[in-house]
Amino acid sequence: MTDNDLDPSRRNFLLGATGVVGAAGVAGVAVPFLGSWNPSAKALAAGAPIKIDISKVRQGELLGPIPAWRDRPIFVVKRSKETLTKLSEKTDRLADPKSEESEQPEYARNDTRSIKPDILVLVGLCTHLKCSPKFKPVVQPEDFDPNWLGGFYCPCHGSKFDMAGRVYAGVPAPSNLPVPPHFYESDTILVIGEDEGGVS
Amino acid sequence: MNAVQKYFTDMMAWIDARLPVTETYEKHMSKYYAPKNFNTWYYFGILATVVLVLQLVTGIWLTMSYTPTGEGAFASIEYIMRDVDFGWMLRYMHSTGASAFFLVVYLHMFRGLMYGSYQKPRELIWIFGMLIYVALMAEGFFGYLLPWGNMSYWGAQVIVSLAEAIPLVGNELAIWVRGDFNMSGITLNRFFALHVVAIPLVLIVLVFLHILALHEVGSNNPDGVDIKKHLDEEGRPLDGIPFHPYYTLGHDLMAIVVFLFVFCGIMFFFPDGGGYLLEPPNFTPADPLKTPDLIAPVWYYTPYYSMLRAATFELFGMSAKFWGLVVMASAIAILFVVPWLDRSPVKSIRYKGMASRLFLGLFVVSFLVLGYLGTVHPTPGRTLMAQLCTTVYFAYFLLMPWYTRAEKTKPVPERVTMR
Repeated sequence: MTDNDLDPSRRNFLLGATGVVGAAGVAGVAVPFLGSWNPSAKALAAGAPIKIDISKVRQGELLGPIPAWRDRPIFVVKRSKETLTKLSEKTDRLADPKSEESEQPEYARNDTRSIKPDILVLVGLCTHLKCSPKFKPVVQPEDFDPNWLGGFYCPCHGSKFDMAGRVYAGVPAPSNLPVPPHFYESDTILVIGEDEGGVS
Repeated sequence: MNAVQKYFTDMMAWIDARLPVTETYEKHMSKYYAPKNFNTWYYFGILATVVLVLQLVTGIWLTMSYTPTGEGAFASIEYIMRDVDFGWMLRYMHSTGASAFFLVVYLHMFRGLMYGSYQKPRELIWIFGMLIYVALMAEGFFGYLLPWGNMSYWGAQVIVSLAEAIPLVGNELAIWVRGDFNMSGITLNRFFALHVVAIPLVLIVLVFLHILALHEVGSNNPDGVDIKKHLDEEGRPLDGIPFHPYYTLGHDLMAIVVFLFVFCGIMFFFPDGGGYLLEPPNFTPADPLKTPDLIAPVWYYTPYYSMLRAATFELFGMSAKFWGLVVMASAIAILFVVPWLDRSPVKSIRYKGMASRLFLGLFVVSFLVLGYLGTVHPTPGRTLMAQLCTTVYFAYFLLMPWYTRAEKTKPVPERVTMR
């Protein structure tokens, strides 16, 4: 065979085919490397529900943060009557007062975002970049807000949430603080990480 | 020729026949002609190389005593500081070196912007330089988690959570990066691998390419004059001098001595840098339940951090968080295309018009103000200021195609000037 007999289309086909097989090989071998970055079995196992005794939490106070549900800080707050009335009245500065765009179980999708009106259960991680917000329950002028009505303030990027964890408009956080799945085993025992009657 | 010299010449001939040692040495050192009018701004490239070596060496030594686990990391840093002979010094060299690295790189980049060092034919040098900068930011970010202090933890938490702003895949991506549902020892372990093996390898390759591309086209200079236009009868640039020994010994060695003098002053007497180089919350171990009162990244990231925080409103149905990520990423990405944004017929700021000077000045001021704002609590006034500075930052780049073409430039001299 001389050079004149070369069939360029045949050569291009072989080059192309080799390339495709090579690319498939690279994609295949990437699977174990990329897959090894997934949460390991050990990390997955660390998400079991926990029980909390809430009999000691006093009105206007925050219990926690409690490490629960994969080591996330969980906030449990007992709110006063006045606070609860304000929750349904003062909603003009909130971005999502009805919790339509936010993460919570159906039973917490109400004005108080809770099962029992006074007990609020939240995942204490800002929906912006997952800093843990500070609990600022007192209605008083603050550096970050002269008309502060009480709630949670994230020191990282200045996001503000009310006493139901609902986000203010005009702050970086896109949605309300999440409510984890939870239910009451008795009047004082709160289970976090599970809906009533089933695993979440 | 005596016997020793003959032995040496023969040996070099033997090696040169097998490996281009003399040729490479001449091409990159003794016969690499650099413009003779370099000024102070031209020290920072070599200083960055010095710091790179310093970080590699101290890093290797720190690895010998460090434990990359959630349980052991914080204690192993205390062990290095208290129980390992000279451990404190190795660690302070490394932590001071990190800040020094960014300082010299920022000055080196500013030099490039000022003298148009990115313009044709040096676009690839600029691109490799930008890749180095991005790799360096990744290196600093991964390394910052390793002491496993509370600021390490929450700083990394914030940056990894940035990934969640990406539509559709964000949440899964963040979990995949962390290898867990929250930051944990698993995350620490992989960041360690990236910090000590993967990114340093990438950095070294990029630095090699950066210098190779530079030596292919030759160095720019404060006048932006092409020295290859005027050659002597042997083809050497009339305005060039050999890199070695003129710049190595006459210029750079002095700069390195001054630099190391200042470096040692900071390392021995102000290793914390007033809380800017080593932040106070990092002297307590990582606590997944408690965010420090003020989350601020180390000073070299604060301009971008300010831009992230400056995005506070929804737009086109996307959240403020998403736009924060977009603004931050674009602020870095836009630097890559500077060679194609600058349409000026001249390179150096010396011969550009008033508009270029004004915009470069405003750019520097806005970058510094953003840097400051990133270290303090956000207030409505400061957020507004950050938004203004972010606008100025982008205006410098986005308006560049217009103002560099519209403005009146000064005539560029034929030969370099020595001022």
